[in-house]
Amino acid sequence: MADYKQETFDVVAGIIAEVSSIDRTTIAADSHAINDLGIDSLDFLDVTFAIDKKFGIKMPVEKWMEDVNEGRAKAEEFFVMHNLVRHIDDLVAAKAAAA
Amino acid sequence: MRLEKFQMIDRVERLDRAARSITCRCEVPRESSVFEGHFPGHPLLPGTLMIEAIAQCCGLLVLALHDFARMPVLVGVDKARMRAMIAPGAVLAAEGRLVQEGAVYVAAAGRLLSEGRKVAEAEIRLGTIPFPSEQFRADVRGFARQIGLI
Repeated sequence: MADYKQETFDVVAGIIAEVSSIDRTTIAADSHAINDLGIDSLDFLDVTFAIDKKFGIKMPVEKWMEDVNEGRAKAEEFFVMHNLVRHIDDLVAAKAAAA
Repeated sequence: MRLEKFQMIDRVERLDRAARSITCRCEVPRESSVFEGHFPGHPLLPGTLMIEAIAQCCGLLVLALHDFARMPVLVGVDKARMRAMIAPGAVLAAEGRLVQEGAVYVAAAGRLLSEGRKVAEAEIRLGTIPFPSEQFRADVRGFARQIGLI
């Protein structure tokens, strides 16, 4: 399992639970946001908005979708929770480094 | 406003790219089939159309700031408030200000004023998607030119 910060996971899981009305306790590190948690595209837009706002980042979700649709990456790479959180950690670190 | 055509904005009065804000003029028509039902003998601009005016105003702002690269579509409205009743013939100012921007969405704060008084407000979320065709993009540009956005 990829390295990720537990505190980031907790924040992201809390956002997903609130936005998508999902029981927080059902969100695990290996949950797939779409297949397991049933987040639809509109919910995911709201989740993206809330995560961007919370962490001061801009998640490149369109680029991720392109990578998936064009076979350059598997959906799991972005939408399984521990991977999603790792990407968020990376974006936060990149932002801090650029500041 | 041409309510039957869902055209809420008559004219862009000010576009401030640096402040990422816009002000538009909306003239509520004296007559419209909308007023026949809302309400018979007591015409009022529906509150949902006030929010639509704010959303369109914010959409125009996104089009201008992104140079028509993508098409804004309304995906969310938060904290919508309608604070006054608007009658036919009123002249409204719709204001929008971009507050957050993501890869596939824009969040904006908007309000509607009548004679300087706030009559409606809302936080607007717009998804930004590819235009369905170059023709459609050209048509939107044409409309934007007509109302003074570009």
